[in-house]
Amino acid sequence: MGTHVPERQPPFAERDSHLAHRFGESARMSANEMLELSAAAAVRALTAGELEASELFDAYRARAGADELNCFTWITPEQGARQGAPQPETPLGGVPLAVKDLFCTEGVPSQSGSRILEGYLPPYTATVVERLQRAGAPLLAKTNQDEFAMGSSNENSAYGPVLNPWDRTRVPGGSSGGSAAAVAAGLAPWALGTDTGGSIRQPAALCGIVGLKPTYGAVSRYGMIAFASSLDQAGPLTRDVGDAALMLRHMVGRDECDATSLDFPHEIALPSAESLEGIRLGVPEELAGEGIEAGVLDAFNAGLRQAERLGAKIEQVRLPHAPHALSAYYVIAPAEASSNLARFDGVRYGLRADADDLVGMYTRTRHDGFGAEVKRRIMLGTYALSSGYYDAFYGRAQRVRTKIVEDFRAVFEQVDFVVTPTSPTVAFELGAKTGDPLSMYLNDFCTVPMSLAGIPAISIPCGLSGAEHGLGPGGKGLPVGLQLAGPAFSENALLDAAYALEQALGFDSAPARLPASARQGAHRDGGSPGERA
Amino acid sequence: MTTNYEPVIGLEIHIQLATRTKMFCGCELSFGDPPNTHTCPVCLGLPGALPVANARAIHFGLMIGLALGSTLAPRSIFHRKNYFYPDLPKGYQISQYDEPLCLGGQLAEVRIHRVHLEDDAAKLVHVGSSGRIHASDASIVDFNRGGTPLAEIVTEPDLRSAEQAGEWLRLLRTTMRRLGVSDVNMEEGSLRCDANISLRPAGESELGTKTELKNMNSFRFIERGIRAEIVRQEEILSGGGRVLQETLHFDPDSGRITSLRSKEQAHDYRYFPEPDLVPVAVEEAMLDAAQAATPELPAARAERFQGLGLSVESARRLAFTAELGDYFEAGLSAEADPAPAPQTLANWIVADLLARLEDGQSPADSRVTPTALATLSGMVGAKQVSVGAARQVLDRLVAEGGDPAAIVVAEGLSALDGGDDLAAVVAAALAANADAAERVKAGNAKAIGPIVGYVMRETKGRADGGEVTRLVNEQLGI
Amino acid sequence: MIDREEVLHVAALARMRLNEEEIEPMARELSAVLDHVAKIGELDLEGVPVTTHVAEVTGRLRPDEPCESLPREVVLAQAPAVSGEGFLVPSPQA
Repeated sequence: MGTHVPERQPPFAERDSHLAHRFGESARMSANEMLELSAAAAVRALTAGELEASELFDAYRARAGADELNCFTWITPEQGARQGAPQPETPLGGVPLAVKDLFCTEGVPSQSGSRILEGYLPPYTATVVERLQRAGAPLLAKTNQDEFAMGSSNENSAYGPVLNPWDRTRVPGGSSGGSAAAVAAGLAPWALGTDTGGSIRQPAALCGIVGLKPTYGAVSRYGMIAFASSLDQAGPLTRDVGDAALMLRHMVGRDECDATSLDFPHEIALPSAESLEGIRLGVPEELAGEGIEAGVLDAFNAGLRQAERLGAKIEQVRLPHAPHALSAYYVIAPAEASSNLARFDGVRYGLRADADDLVGMYTRTRHDGFGAEVKRRIMLGTYALSSGYYDAFYGRAQRVRTKIVEDFRAVFEQVDFVVTPTSPTVAFELGAKTGDPLSMYLNDFCTVPMSLAGIPAISIPCGLSGAEHGLGPGGKGLPVGLQLAGPAFSENALLDAAYALEQALGFDSAPARLPASARQGAHRDGGSPGERA
Repeated sequence: MTTNYEPVIGLEIHIQLATRTKMFCGCELSFGDPPNTHTCPVCLGLPGALPVANARAIHFGLMIGLALGSTLAPRSIFHRKNYFYPDLPKGYQISQYDEPLCLGGQLAEVRIHRVHLEDDAAKLVHVGSSGRIHASDASIVDFNRGGTPLAEIVTEPDLRSAEQAGEWLRLLRTTMRRLGVSDVNMEEGSLRCDANISLRPAGESELGTKTELKNMNSFRFIERGIRAEIVRQEEILSGGGRVLQETLHFDPDSGRITSLRSKEQAHDYRYFPEPDLVPVAVEEAMLDAAQAATPELPAARAERFQGLGLSVESARRLAFTAELGDYFEAGLSAEADPAPAPQTLANWIVADLLARLEDGQSPADSRVTPTALATLSGMVGAKQVSVGAARQVLDRLVAEGGDPAAIVVAEGLSALDGGDDLAAVVAAALAANADAAERVKAGNAKAIGPIVGYVMRETKGRADGGEVTRLVNEQLGI
Repeated sequence: MIDREEVLHVAALARMRLNEEEIEPMARELSAVLDHVAKIGELDLEGVPVTTHVAEVTGRLRPDEPCESLPREVVLAQAPAVSGEGFLVPSPQA
């Protein structure tokens, strides 16, 4: 009904290759033109020598400096020229990278959106960031996030909320809200995020971009400031599926510093599928009906019809325990978090509140340093682990987790992928749910089961919703995300399917791109953003 | 004094493993290095850092399990033990809970409950005038020790006295030293012991309320501490009082026992499986490696020595001090001629040789080679040299070393066999002590003393006492 | 579902001070969430094993070989309070 599925438009990759091609012949690209390139297209232009890495870096640095959405907690003060030599020989050719605040970056503030880590400068860099840098993706900025990745709206950041580029009165989703908004608004070519219960997929959906949560263990967690160790995974937030594959290719692999990291069985391929012929998609009634906003369901179903047109077979499947996933998640994640966050005690780093006795120092430091949501989850997790409640809560939750793993195993006997809406709603208004934690938690309804099962899942934009209420730019609606999930290590197949669907849907993310006012910023050398560090 | 009460004692022993690096990171172990010079993101608990278990620590854990006859768990996991303390950087200790590496076992008369691995806390230096903890208001944390691999060995409550506990702990220490898995040095803290102590009316089987006596840092203190706690409980109980379950601290200076009840809230460690580590599965290769690395242990060695005919005391004395045992076995296998009886050699090592060495000096470091002592004790056994003469030879060996046989010849110390020359000396002795001879003849055997003394003087102790007596009687026609 | 006393006990375990005005809302919010998650109590999970690691890997041990430690000045650089060579804290016994 009120849903608007835009008629086919040339997606990024194609448009970009045209651009790259055109500018190959003609003189040089303008800043705006190079900023339109997807990361993959930028790599092509850089390696073809049509573009200087330092130019591209400075253009993005200026664009990021003109950010009006509060996407960043730090922007590099370095000129592109100082980013080491231009790197045409590296696989990523020098395309700059925005990194979620919670990744430790040596000598660069890594605060995980928390006051308790304000100004913290780690002495080491996270493995995955190091790998991407070695592959030729220099660090452009650190992105805003919900404190310790706890949140679905980015309103829990100690550094202020991030605004949704589609509608600045609304949230970008969370916890990787800064990364999602920055990519959607074109302030960064791509960004690194983390997903514990949906923190990549949900903001990607609300910002109309692509977000991938890899198989648990596929990417090293070393240097990721932990939220829930058995669920946290790093993943790409990108303008299109091709970029997601390209970034993931340089992220995966066993790391001797992370005992839970695994060898990825094969190289990540760049997706190229054009049809879904022979692909069986399972729609679990538990996650694609009750509790999902009507407009979102419409866009989702339109996406399914598109998939069918591409040759996919749509089947109803059942995940009987999925309705309990959220409950299990909100026991397991806070329990692990309550322990992971115990190290913030005012002794070795970060905030310390004055007190003349030890317990007073601990309790005041942790009271002053943690925000409301983090306090809630620490309390929740501590309670769930405390004697007398362990079996009823943590023990049971871990058994529910087993049932959910079994549910998916059974479903993947019948179908290749599970497909659901990514988020029950479109981007909601700032402050709409801050008063009611439970309603906020319900945002993770569709994404949490995959997290508990440790399987890969990708969110791609499948259309707009809310036109009937005149939501979004030009009243055309706000983005809706479609989630595809596959068995462990099925990333290549998943990316191929997502790519084929993306090409067919031709979602237009242009409305999120930065307005003229800020565009000026791209031309003037946007001040010295570094000062914001 | 605990006449109507029987002490029931169990021990919890923490042993720092002698690996090169820490339990969960690559920082080198150190002792006495400048503070905070052996740390990294992992052992400092920096945000984002992750633990990875040390393979050799697991290997040592398996060796300990084998040595104690434990059941080695085919699959064991690490848990987080959550509590706040400045020496605990992560806010939790990575330990083992309901699936430890080793279960059960026994050492001598004491059953083992379990053996598990964990990481050690850092060092808190209390800043304060006297250095006594309660006098200080601030502390300094040194994370060098933090993360050192620990094996915690928990016994069943099978000990019944402070002395027995000390004795058993010595055996455990010797065993661990023999395994080479730890320095087991109490002064340096690589061996730490807590004792769980309760009393019950003699004959009762039900256990009384136990107290935990913490971190006694020398064998002397352990025995004194346990004794003191037994007395304390005995007084409470015989006074009709009830023993409180609490953690106690023994102050060796005052000999007083004080409660360690901290101001912190009640402990609730909220154990849960460590999600940053994967389960430890003991594979065949790991077991073989541990087996291969495990040498013969003191208890077994002592039994083997007894099999050679040694008394229980000699066997333990030699087996429980590795260097003595090695020296003894070197002597036995030296093919000395004549070969000594094992017990004779044992006596010469323990009674004669050790008495001639400085305290703590190992026979191996003396000038007396195992072969030399074996030969000497062999000659004594074969009556080629008298005990007295042999002691003179040993003095020379300790001073200059050398070959006992050669010394005997050079010094003319070889025993006089019952030949004419000894008979002649005896005759002279009788002549010189006529009255003594008369009394002996009259049946007073004791009167023989001066006569034998004369012979020994004349023969510089080379004569065999028995032979002399025989000749005296013979010449007196008794 | 969870009362003021429990909130204070849990906050004490978590070494997290709650101001007077924070206690009641915390109790209310925790109760709401706990009521919701308590639904897993309705499931029959008899004999269902727990899942602590989704991937069934074991071992992952590290060879006992030293790596470089951090220089002390780096180690102490981020500390709120330092005394000479170490981290300064209020004494646990004070």
